[in-house]
Amino acid sequence: MIKFAWLQFRVQAAVAAGGLVVVAVVLAATGPNLVHLYDTTVAPCAARHDCSAATTALTGTDGPVQVVSDFLVLLIPLLIGMFWGAPLVAREFETGTFRLAWTQGVTRTRWLAVKLGLGAAVGMAATGLLSLMVTWWSSPLDRVRGNLFDPLEFGVRGLVPIGYAAFAFALGLCAGMVVRRTLPAMLAVLVGFFTVREVVTKWVRPNLIAPLHTKLAVTAGSLVGFDETPSGMTVVATTRGILPNSWVYSNQVVDRAGHAPTQAFLNRACPFLTTGQANFQACTVHLAARYHELVTYQPASRYWPLQWGELAIFVALAAALAAGCVWWIRRPVS
Amino acid sequence: MTTAIATAGLAKRYGRTWALRDCTVAIPDGKVVGLVGPNGAGKTTLLQLAVGLVGPTEGTITVLGGRPGAGPAQLQLVGYVAQDTPTYPTLSVADHLRMGGYLNRNWDEGLAEARIGRLGLDPAQHAGSLSGGQRAQLALTLAVAKRPEILLLDEPVAGLDPLARREFLQSLMEDVARHGVSVVLSSHLIADLERVCDYLVVLVDSRVRVCGEVGDLLAAHHRISGARRDPRSLPSDHEVIEESHTDRQSTYLVRTAGPILDPAWTVTPVTLDDLVLAYMGQARARDARRPALGLVS
Repeated sequence: MIKFAWLQFRVQAAVAAGGLVVVAVVLAATGPNLVHLYDTTVAPCAARHDCSAATTALTGTDGPVQVVSDFLVLLIPLLIGMFWGAPLVAREFETGTFRLAWTQGVTRTRWLAVKLGLGAAVGMAATGLLSLMVTWWSSPLDRVRGNLFDPLEFGVRGLVPIGYAAFAFALGLCAGMVVRRTLPAMLAVLVGFFTVREVVTKWVRPNLIAPLHTKLAVTAGSLVGFDETPSGMTVVATTRGILPNSWVYSNQVVDRAGHAPTQAFLNRACPFLTTGQANFQACTVHLAARYHELVTYQPASRYWPLQWGELAIFVALAAALAAGCVWWIRRPVS
Repeated sequence: MTTAIATAGLAKRYGRTWALRDCTVAIPDGKVVGLVGPNGAGKTTLLQLAVGLVGPTEGTITVLGGRPGAGPAQLQLVGYVAQDTPTYPTLSVADHLRMGGYLNRNWDEGLAEARIGRLGLDPAQHAGSLSGGQRAQLALTLAVAKRPEILLLDEPVAGLDPLARREFLQSLMEDVARHGVSVVLSSHLIADLERVCDYLVVLVDSRVRVCGEVGDLLAAHHRISGARRDPRSLPSDHEVIEESHTDRQSTYLVRTAGPILDPAWTVTPVTLDDLVLAYMGQARARDARRPALGLVS
């Protein structure tokens, strides 16, 4: 059965291999230059005190390749779901060839399991290779930007794209099997894949591992402003750049008991809030005396555990869909 | 006589529509069986049930003693050519034969290649560019080279021109003679099957109207005509299948075990075509006598 599945799948596999070769050639041609630039300009920049110029020059290098490679890793799992998963069984229903396939000497359960396994394996391998190449190519840029936990960036590096590919493929296959039409199945992948990805990115990923907390002193640079809320003025502290390479969920200004500055305190410490006269420095000094910043964050060391966790979630979703497909094809048709 | 396909109270419903209802048949093994009936009689559904593509809503069906599609061994016993003879348009003829080899334990590669060679099909040609006749032949080759014990062909010649039709049936008969496989082939036209089948099952509204060896059936049916007579005046062993009357003359198609002895009748033998049409007409006439509820409202 695996040979027959390959017979039907070889064109897609060849297209994937060809695409990967093209990407590999482009990245191999431009990647070493990025590494070289990093080693010669950014690495020694601290000594020369011109880091901003060096990093700007690096992040501006090969702009189109950066955009396209990120976009490819973002898109490939979706395309695998839409163009490999969705038609895999739906086409057989549309052309009637399932009547040919299901009446050979192989049960339809095995037929489905092998087709599903092969497609998923090739799709995951292709996406994994692509992600590996792009992750390597972008590593000097990512080191400079320090934004590995950026919601978009996280999903186009490392392991998670493999999980996305597995999930999209299984989703397409199941949708195609249930609706028996390729086009609606493709639409189902488009909508379903991005919905689930978004839900996981927004609500599951931040809760995979309980975040850490740390206290920082209030400094002149850490206050960004004040927010007028129905309950009164609140202090807003920056979340950017306070913990390099980390994923900062929030940064609150609180006292030792965990309470935010009261309205009365703010009126005293920072009178400009009502008078309009700016005296940020005095305000900061008053705040720092009684309050500190409480940062909730994931440290850089949690990057790979989070990657593995999200990969596991999507692979588990794909496996659940696959099990559903097998159940669907086995159930007595009546 | 062992049975190839045996059903009891078999029924299949798609949504609210019954495609087959209360079907009880015993189709014998070792024959070339013509399964004839009008469109919508349930022939396709019966064959799909027999190969395990669909499961019954009610009743039971066994094929060569086993439950259809129960496992690889059962699938191996049955060769099936679906209606419109589906093939993979992007795969070549050679790829299809390869598929047969990969998916069937008893695959007869020599037979498949010889058959393709005899038919003059180019192994490198994609199935999508084959003519209807060639596609049907490819599908039949796949089914035959699987070396099944029974071949089920669902309207295999419906889409073919007369020449391709004849070639298809001829090559089928060669395979039957060579490998001794049982065949059930369906058609809504008896003319397609007349030359090849030695056993006939007429299915109308999912009910078996007549079933038997072609020779026996032809011997037991007669067309008799003579002066106008009431059907009740016929001997009790004459079962009237079809009757027509003019002012003076009556013509009957009757089924009887013995010879027609009454010299008042002019007896003419019936053709298979006459016979099938008579049984189909009988079913329709019976339906017409039922109150047509749909027309009242």
